[in-house]
Amino acid sequence: MVDVKNVSKGYNKKNVITDVSVKIAKGKITSFIGPNGAGKSTLLSMISRLIAKDEGEIYIDGMDLTRCKNNDLAKKISILKQSNHINVRLTVKELVSFGRFPYSQGRLTKEDRRLVNEAIRYMELEDIQHKYLDQLSGGQKQRAYIAMVIAQDTEYVLLDEPLNNLDMKHSVQIMKTLRSLADELGKTVVIVIHDINFASCYSDYIVAMKDGRVIKEGTTDEIINPTVLNEVYDIDFKIEEINREKICVFYS
Amino acid sequence: MSNKSKLIGLAVVAILLAVAFIFIDLGNNWDYALPRRLKKVYAIILTGGVIAFSTLVFQTITNNRILTPSIIGLDSLYLLIQTFLIFVFGSMNSLVTNENVNFLISVGLMVMFAGLLYKMLFRGDGQNIYFLLLVGIIFGTFFGSITEFMQVLIDPNEFMVVQDRMFASFNNVKTDLLLIATIAVILVALYSVKLIKYLDVLSLGKDQAVNLGVDYDYVVKRLLVVIAILVSISTALVGPITFLGLLVANVAHQFLNTYRHSYLIIGSVFISIIALVGGQLIVERVFTFDTTLSVIVNFVGGVYFIYLLLKESKSW
Amino acid sequence: MKLIYLVISFIVLAITSLFIGVQNISPLDLFQLTEEQIHVLLVSRVPRLLSIILAGVGMSICGLIMQQLTRNKFVSPTTAGTEDSARFGILVSMMLFSGAGQFVRVLVAFFFALLGSFIFMKLLDKVKYKDAIFIPLVGMMFGSIVGSITTFFAYKEDLIQNMSSWLQGNFSMMIQGRYELLYISIPLIVIAYLFANKFTIAGMGEEFAVNLGLNHKQIMNIGLMIVALITAIVVLTVGMIPFLGLIIPNIVTMYRGDHLQKSLSHTALLGAVFVLACDILGRVVIYPYEVPIGLTVGVIGSGIFLYMIMRRKAYE
Repeated sequence: MVDVKNVSKGYNKKNVITDVSVKIAKGKITSFIGPNGAGKSTLLSMISRLIAKDEGEIYIDGMDLTRCKNNDLAKKISILKQSNHINVRLTVKELVSFGRFPYSQGRLTKEDRRLVNEAIRYMELEDIQHKYLDQLSGGQKQRAYIAMVIAQDTEYVLLDEPLNNLDMKHSVQIMKTLRSLADELGKTVVIVIHDINFASCYSDYIVAMKDGRVIKEGTTDEIINPTVLNEVYDIDFKIEEINREKICVFYS
Repeated sequence: MSNKSKLIGLAVVAILLAVAFIFIDLGNNWDYALPRRLKKVYAIILTGGVIAFSTLVFQTITNNRILTPSIIGLDSLYLLIQTFLIFVFGSMNSLVTNENVNFLISVGLMVMFAGLLYKMLFRGDGQNIYFLLLVGIIFGTFFGSITEFMQVLIDPNEFMVVQDRMFASFNNVKTDLLLIATIAVILVALYSVKLIKYLDVLSLGKDQAVNLGVDYDYVVKRLLVVIAILVSISTALVGPITFLGLLVANVAHQFLNTYRHSYLIIGSVFISIIALVGGQLIVERVFTFDTTLSVIVNFVGGVYFIYLLLKESKSW
Repeated sequence: MKLIYLVISFIVLAITSLFIGVQNISPLDLFQLTEEQIHVLLVSRVPRLLSIILAGVGMSICGLIMQQLTRNKFVSPTTAGTEDSARFGILVSMMLFSGAGQFVRVLVAFFFALLGSFIFMKLLDKVKYKDAIFIPLVGMMFGSIVGSITTFFAYKEDLIQNMSSWLQGNFSMMIQGRYELLYISIPLIVIAYLFANKFTIAGMGEEFAVNLGLNHKQIMNIGLMIVALITAIVVLTVGMIPFLGLIIPNIVTMYRGDHLQKSLSHTALLGAVFVLACDILGRVVIYPYEVPIGLTVGVIGSGIFLYMIMRRKAYE
């Protein structure tokens, strides 16, 4: 379990995150939603230790984040951020192989190779595994990065806006993959997402943030609710149930 | 052509050039010329290797191919030290003429400066590496202003000595210096062996490197120190060759087309040797010493670099 | 800071400047000036004062124009390679047209300064990593490459010490007969005033400008030509004054915001005041000798630039 306690972070005397506490359940998909500037990405970066917090504590499986060795953390928690412009020429396979770095520091063992191949197969990348990243479409690239994260074989997988720049078909594909990561592989998936309907259809828990604070958290059912969403986004919502999924309509 | 064969090809060319340099036109006084040439070739190999390595690693850390470690102000500082010593103590003073003392002073001051610069970099959260470089360049201009001021005032005869230091030259590298430099390089190399495995991951960028478990601050800090020491050594050994590293690192990347630093480092070292030995050959046999190696290298490196920047393709 | 304070400081400093020098002239003498004193005033003091003002105003405005055109507050003739290109142009004119008069030299220097600026603008287009701090880095790298090309040729012609002494920013040479070229910058500054708003719009991008009915390319070119010409003139007559175009507009933006029309006058005045102050400092500090303006501004300018970017810190 990820336990965030009273975390704050500020830049130049302006608080981006104020006194946030949240617990993230194991083996489920938890989505962070909220308007722009709510602090979702910042919180995610702090949980994954990409940036330092100013106040508060973060525990992963009972261990204080700041006391953990970075290499150990890399085997427990992985993060994929939005912007991944790498200017190195890598093939899909080479990228995915990097996921094994925390374990073998660059020298791949038989076991590593097996896991890399499995990750490639899981993400259906076998056909293009020898292509260079810059030859791929946005959707394929994203799948490659997720394959790397799978190869990293961590219990906690954090993704910051994984659907950015993806078309509809690939967005659905990625969300289905994340769902299976939780259901089949038992991983704890935490995503920052701004598309409320994807959050509704695929998450188990939702944490709603606004102005640097958590204003509501709970199961998807509890959060996808006109009153709650109105408070979060400052617009009116109508919720329709289609195919047993709650769909939000907020377009007028 | 596989990368392995490319590396072998480079090695062969480097060896051939070195051999050509040593043995062609040896003339009758070969017992005088041979040891001199051997020393020159050795100095070239040492400097070339050091510059290639430090620039390559520096570019990986900064995720950027148009930068070179000497722009953080080390070259300007070196010139300032030399000009200052000659200006204040005169060119006959032992601080100037005693190569070893001069070497130690120069390297010492340069490394101290680099250390100060790094302290400033790692102070804040979110300070990026370009900040360090910009600060370095400003210091470079600052040092340059003071140096130029002194240079204008220096007696023209003394200035000849200063001008000598402005440009890298392999013509008169003393044996003792080579000895100190070699020992220093070996020590630094031993220290950095453990850090090399992180280079491939570092080239993915800071976020990915941290994600994959690299202790980013620790590794980068140490690598930067290694780079500073190596650049100081090579500058103090033969003088400033600012753009050699730039030229060599980019050619290595283009020629070898891989992300693996094991290949890149070896390749760039060979390319560096080829460039320097070839360049020195041109300086000696074609230009007959009318210009110096560093001037040519900077010129070629500079022009190549502008061409690189103007080409389509890369995103910096 | 109100305009009035700047105007007052300007007048006070200007008058002070007239009365500092080896020849003793004090304000009290104004009513009974000897022949000699009049001579000194007309031949040396007044021209010096005028050139300080013109150089200070000219370079500051150049910086402002460049910053408006590129929407980047770190761009200036020093950090975009313009000064270095002008310097190269002067070397070329020294080598190829050594007999020619000042007019020819200005034209050659102008041509190269313009060329350098165009190349820099092209580089800006290619640079996709638009972190504001990265741009001056590229500019200064470009500048030092041009510098090394200059050195290459200067070395061949044995002109290095010569060039250094000539091109170092120095107002002591500004006497009657040697500074008049600076007057050309006056109409240029006037044009800059007239085009101020257009530069701002052009800086926002081609589509934006076209949308508002402006010929984008034409405005850009006019702006760059003004900058290149003023820079060439100042470098040719006074010498290189680093960072001036960079720090003055930035100090003005800090207390005035970016509204162009108002900040123009402030920039011009502050530029003059700053250079006046530095020059007076340089003349007083080791009286009766002087510290050349290139050095004073180089040192103080570096300090201010450093302070500016440190303040910027963790905005990323």
